[in-house]
Amino acid sequence: MRRYRIRKDESCINCLRCTRECSFGAITAGDDKTPVFHHEKCTDCQRCVSFCSTGALWITEDENRFRQNTVFKEDDIKEILLQSETGGVLLSSMGASGRNVPIYFDKMLLNASQVTNPSIDPLREPMETAVFIGQRPEKIQRGSDGKIEDNLPPHLELRTPIMFSAMSYGAISLNVHKALAAAAEKLGTYWNTGEGGLHESLYPFKKNTIVQVASGRFGVHETYLNTAAAIEIKIGQGAKPGIGGHLTGRKIIGDVSKTRMVPEGLDAISPAPHHDIYSIEDLAQLVMSIKEATHYQKPVIVKVAAVHNIAPIASGIARSGADIISIDGYRGGTGAAPKRIRDNVGIPIELAIASVDQRLREERIRDRVSIIASGGIRNSSDAVKAIALGADAVSIGTAALCALGCHICASCHTGRCAWGLATQDPELTKRLDPEKGAERLINLVNAWTREIKEIMGGMGINSIEALRGNRMALRGVDLNEKELEILGIRYAGE
Amino acid sequence: MKKEGEIRISSGCAISGIFCRDGKRITGEAIKKSIAVMHNRSNGLGGGFAAYGIYPQYKDYFALHIFYDSQNAREETERFLDKRFDIINLSKIPVRQTPKISDAPLIWRYFITPLPHILQDSQLDEDEYTSRSAIRINDSITGAYVVSCGKDMGVFKAVGYPEDVADFYRIEEYEGYSWTAHGRYPTNTPGWWAGSHPFSLLDLTVVHNGEISSYDANRRAVEMYGYSCNLLTDTEVITYILDYLTRKQGLTLKECSQVIAAPFWSTISIKDEEERNRLSYMRKMFSSFLITGPFSILVGFRGGMMALNDRLKLRSLVAAEKGNTVYFSSEEAAIRVVEENPDRIWAPRGGEAVIVTLDEEAER
Amino acid sequence: MKVFDIRKDGLEAIRNHEREEITITGCLGERYIGCGMKDGILHVTGTPGNALASYLDGGTVLVDGNAQDAAADTMNSGLLAVKGSAGDALAYGMRGGRVYVLGDAGYRAGVHMKAYEDKKSILVIGGRAGSFLGEYLAGGIVIVLGLGYERKNITGYFCGNGMYAGTIYLRTEKEPLNLSDKLIKRIVSDEEKERVIRPIVTDFASVFSIPAERCLEGSFMAIEADKSKSYSQLYAAV
Repeated sequence: MRRYRIRKDESCINCLRCTRECSFGAITAGDDKTPVFHHEKCTDCQRCVSFCSTGALWITEDENRFRQNTVFKEDDIKEILLQSETGGVLLSSMGASGRNVPIYFDKMLLNASQVTNPSIDPLREPMETAVFIGQRPEKIQRGSDGKIEDNLPPHLELRTPIMFSAMSYGAISLNVHKALAAAAEKLGTYWNTGEGGLHESLYPFKKNTIVQVASGRFGVHETYLNTAAAIEIKIGQGAKPGIGGHLTGRKIIGDVSKTRMVPEGLDAISPAPHHDIYSIEDLAQLVMSIKEATHYQKPVIVKVAAVHNIAPIASGIARSGADIISIDGYRGGTGAAPKRIRDNVGIPIELAIASVDQRLREERIRDRVSIIASGGIRNSSDAVKAIALGADAVSIGTAALCALGCHICASCHTGRCAWGLATQDPELTKRLDPEKGAERLINLVNAWTREIKEIMGGMGINSIEALRGNRMALRGVDLNEKELEILGIRYAGE
Repeated sequence: MKKEGEIRISSGCAISGIFCRDGKRITGEAIKKSIAVMHNRSNGLGGGFAAYGIYPQYKDYFALHIFYDSQNAREETERFLDKRFDIINLSKIPVRQTPKISDAPLIWRYFITPLPHILQDSQLDEDEYTSRSAIRINDSITGAYVVSCGKDMGVFKAVGYPEDVADFYRIEEYEGYSWTAHGRYPTNTPGWWAGSHPFSLLDLTVVHNGEISSYDANRRAVEMYGYSCNLLTDTEVITYILDYLTRKQGLTLKECSQVIAAPFWSTISIKDEEERNRLSYMRKMFSSFLITGPFSILVGFRGGMMALNDRLKLRSLVAAEKGNTVYFSSEEAAIRVVEENPDRIWAPRGGEAVIVTLDEEAER
Repeated sequence: MKVFDIRKDGLEAIRNHEREEITITGCLGERYIGCGMKDGILHVTGTPGNALASYLDGGTVLVDGNAQDAAADTMNSGLLAVKGSAGDALAYGMRGGRVYVLGDAGYRAGVHMKAYEDKKSILVIGGRAGSFLGEYLAGGIVIVLGLGYERKNITGYFCGNGMYAGTIYLRTEKEPLNLSDKLIKRIVSDEEKERVIRPIVTDFASVFSIPAERCLEGSFMAIEADKSKSYSQLYAAV
């Protein structure tokens, strides 16, 4: 089905670089040694455009359009055509693209100090972005000498409130994992293995690694659990709440097979639920068994998708013994998900943070756990708004991939990622130099951190904990009463 | 116009405090003189005093100072109190009519003690029982507002310049070992008396100068523990945080100061190991109670006073000593006016609390 | 010399005798004393209030006791000499002239002091300074002598944070606490001490009639901006 058209102008010198870069077969070399375009295969990944040596290439939307209809849009009709042809469930990747679901980050504005208290220049005055996440006991404890004893369970220490989201080896390449791990170490934050295990070459990054335990239990063993700073139990993800995973046998090759501990060529299935968790008390059992296996030395994170009753779910998780709740919103990305699920299930992260934070406060347990928010964090101001709504930290997946080249063509599920990220094809994965990739990730997070400091400084806040849950720092625009109520913020001008 | 509590009003201010370590009781004249020097730090929209040791004859009873908008509110409140407390004494607080103070509510004072059997049934200690009762009156009886409810202490506040408030309440007729004062400079005000400062809960009173930038983070954190910030003022949230940390968590005031004005991580990192671990623990454990932005506060409590600046010392605060008397103020001149030649005068560093207590407390 | 009582005669008295040498007595928190004074000599007794000698523009203000906050704010030229101590935000944005404090200074002394063409602001603190001394310093010279604080820290935290020109001289061998990595510190050579510090300190000592040699004993440390670490590299134009 044709969605894009590949264009070129007269500056093309027929170097055929584009034909070598295109991994989707959309540009091939013709007999006359000039590029031939197969528009229907183009995903608009921008690889060819980026590498065109003379700037001759560009991609446009296909000019052809179906007769306009206010109910059945062109995409609707195309999808009907595709499904009537194939009988298949529509598969897609990356984050949701629901047409009418607002991005609430764009409807909230931040505050700044004027006269009544001073703003702060973050480049020249102390400005603290370090975050400690984990469980807190209800009360202090004093020894017989009257001194306060350290009764805090293990915490994660983040130099900046930005972490990298879970993306599994298998869904993405080892080089991406290498870049994420090296960047996390340098930045003083954490990267997350996702559910596909941890490649042995990355064991040295233990202090900055969060390992995931998902329903498929791929690559999970005692050493894996203890080669991490924290363990994350993945219940769900924002892109496909309630849905399991399916990594095709085509991607289970070589080290992926070894790391996941599944035979080469065999599909890797992640069941929809954890079959040892059918209720909240079962979650407590899994949390505690992981703590037992790791000698109570590491915080346990429970990751859930933001669904309708996320607030009571989070409350249940907080009471399960988990140290940290990670909530992935409606716009969270994925390597592959049924399109209908991706675009229609779950709720935006902004509303989820607001209602979870409020609920945990009403139940007086907000200080007991920490909250990581993810799912469509695009920039530093999104991060600041998420924290002001009540998150302790945010994690970024899609944005991190973009730093490595991704242009969000949403074709991860094809395994043909032209940027060498969401693929296991050695010809493609070598396109990412892990060291250069790490450098780009470091630049990105450092730049965001500086911006966060700039925003905090403007508000006269010099420590990130004073921003957390500080909803007076936010005002809404273009929101109705109900939305304001759930977000717990006032309208601009109020 | 919205009443204080329906809207958050920022304000600048002047504060002053006098504390006699030997327990000598002095009249309110000195504190009035001190705060009056800083007249132009206030704008006539709020002033007040807290005094300790003023009711020695009733020192075992909770002293309630209450504002009423109407006789109805008074009757309803008294019915409420009567059911829960033994009212030992009640009277109007004597005031002096002055043209500079107007729109006064009915101002009453009660000395009360919880009815033993009801206290026992409640399974609370008498402090918690009384503070809950006071909060209940403020929350649920329209037109009634408990200004203070500690023992052997009281808060006197109004809309006006502090020196006029002093005259109005005739504070020169009271004698206390500890006095704090506040002159307010709110950016706007509906002129509600309860919105003036000091703010208090039980024996704890706070006067504050500055505007904190962490307000809503702190408010939402402390409200988790059963407090309800009705006035939306910094002073109120600071009072509740201190009450929570001291009374419910059992921290000392010095430890509280290291929570609310915690040192920067970079400062903590150069301390010795034990201190580094202790300070890190406090920051991690009570991160929601870190207060950022400018503040200088004077905290009055039974038998003592604490002066504290924010960790960047964004508001001024001067301390002085003469013999057994300790002075604190936003400006040195406000100390010099009552003690021309102190033995020692200094500016406490940001985040470093100065805590003074009665000599007899120290001996205990 | 004429003597005025601030409470009786008010700031008017100073304005009406600006070209003369006068004394005002009984100060107790009165603000703006000597504000913008262009000429003359003003002796101040008591405790003058905030914004003392702000915008001072050539006159001389001599304070017998302590000064409160924001003294010499945006001062342009002239001399402010305080025999006691000064409060917070001393000499903020000072553009030229001399500010001498024999005692201590509070937080944020000399923030964003400047130098331009023949104007060079000079701040000397006899005792110790609070945190954020010389923050954002944009020019001029700050000297802290630490008299009476030998072998102790004579500045607080974050000394010179964000400074990008000018020099802070400290009469100490102790490096200031948590000095920013965007600053460099060096031991002042004898040559520089004689050339730069001696003339200023000698003048300072003569104003307060104390022996200059005592103020010059021992070695000085200089704090300056590390020019190789500019802030512009932090930005990317969209």
